[in-house]
Amino acid sequence: MKPTTQTKKRRSTKRDDSPQPVHARSSRTMFPYYPGCTLKTTAQNFEDSALATAAILGIDLVEIPRWNCCGVVSSLVENDRMHHVAPLRNIIRTQEMIAERGGEIESRLVTLCSMCTNTLRRTNLFLKENPEDLEAINDYMSLEDNYEGGVEIVHFLEILRERGFDAVTNKVSNPLEGLNAAAYYGCMLLRPKDIGIDDPEDPTIQENLISALGAAVIDTPYKKMCCGSYQTVQDRYAVAELAYDILTHAQREGAEVIITACPLCAFNLDDRQKEVRERHPDFRSIPVLYFTQLMALAFGLGEDALGFELNSVDPRPLLMAKGLLAPR
Amino acid sequence: MTKIMMITKEGEAFLARIQEISGEAITACDQCGTCSGSCPMASEMDITPSEMIRKTQMGQQDVLSTKAMWLCAACFACTVRCPRGIDLSKIAEALRQISLRQAVDHIDIAGIPAPERARLPQIALVGAMRKFTS
Ligand code: SF4
Ligand code: SF4
Ligand code: SF4
Ligand code: SF4
Repeated sequence: MKPTTQTKKRRSTKRDDSPQPVHARSSRTMFPYYPGCTLKTTAQNFEDSALATAAILGIDLVEIPRWNCCGVVSSLVENDRMHHVAPLRNIIRTQEMIAERGGEIESRLVTLCSMCTNTLRRTNLFLKENPEDLEAINDYMSLEDNYEGGVEIVHFLEILRERGFDAVTNKVSNPLEGLNAAAYYGCMLLRPKDIGIDDPEDPTIQENLISALGAAVIDTPYKKMCCGSYQTVQDRYAVAELAYDILTHAQREGAEVIITACPLCAFNLDDRQKEVRERHPDFRSIPVLYFTQLMALAFGLGEDALGFELNSVDPRPLLMAKGLLAPR
Repeated sequence: MTKIMMITKEGEAFLARIQEISGEAITACDQCGTCSGSCPMASEMDITPSEMIRKTQMGQQDVLSTKAMWLCAACFACTVRCPRGIDLSKIAEALRQISLRQAVDHIDIAGIPAPERARLPQIALVGAMRKFTS
């Protein structure tokens, strides 16, 4: 199910310089794209920075029409067909777009939000592995075309890895020298194993990106630990304790910023720093950015693409002090 | 020394029900504790994840009144590490379903104070509604 196979573990966080076909870098590529609801509201800066940096890399993300919320989380109940319907509708929208546009668009749906990625991939995998269930759901969704099983779901980070991080470095006009960045994965990019985009115990994909942008990689053992997810709704202080552990461990290793690919991780690690400070007055705040914001900064893009005004802990003072962002 | 543990008829039926909803081989757990050691929410829980599965194995229905199953964040840390290949996140989901299928909600979204509710992104609210309401 993984579109790219990792033959060996890359311990080094140096740039990924696996050979890439030249045509993949020189021509523009169009992908169907699923934003999910949170990227249209509190995480608008995630979408803006992603679309702008993708365009610079020659990747056009085309939003699928009439998409709906995927439901955030997968049902963990055996044979729960009903909860596959919402994710599947989006996959069918993608299938239609691919059919309409013929060969000019990729047959892989690009996602940005980790939780959408996980949910869409789980449904896609379930339906590909269980033809009887697919048939039953196809029959049930009588107003839709049947899903033929030909769509793949890929996270934007996987597209970057597949094209080679050198292609990213080539577009860097503002190398992030002197900036210490830690990658945070949380759960949904990595687990379960057959759904994840990288090694669940030793992921490197975001570290390779950080290096490609010229920043220093800070490793932290808490990068794979859950931030508490939707528990933030029922017990925000329990989540604040998890955020405290995740953030302070990264800080102890020297991190000045943390990057993530999930609007829920971002909320729990960034906005919940308010609750962290209530419980731990000695806590020093630390900016949490989407990985695409870090890319936009290194690509020298402007405020429209950076969208720092939506970050709860404002990264601008730090970035200005480091000479990475022009003072206004 | 052989130790014999008794499981009641109702206990057996309960175990079979959770096994059916989760699709997991609950009796395969040998109580190694890896899940509890990996769980980010364990420190907030009243019983650990490995106790959750042990109680279920033994058909002890009081597991349904523990806080633990509601504190599981479905993070799959236990899922990827269990040496017996058990997906504990599915067992916690099955336990929650026993309550949710009686149309008993675990949280009241409307009862969250308005300023806090306004702060929460959709991704948090939709996720919580999916896991905590029927
Ligand atoms: S997971 Fe979230 S961001 Fe993704 S579509 Fe659903 S609510 Fe939205
Ligand atoms: S880290 Fe937290 S929000 Fe992010 S994917 Fe995991 S549970 Fe989700
Ligand atoms: S990790 Fe698996 S075998 Fe070990 S206690 Fe947990 S569920 Fe049982
Ligand atoms: S899935 Fe649930 S029980 Fe398992 S480690 Fe995560 S929070 Fe703990």
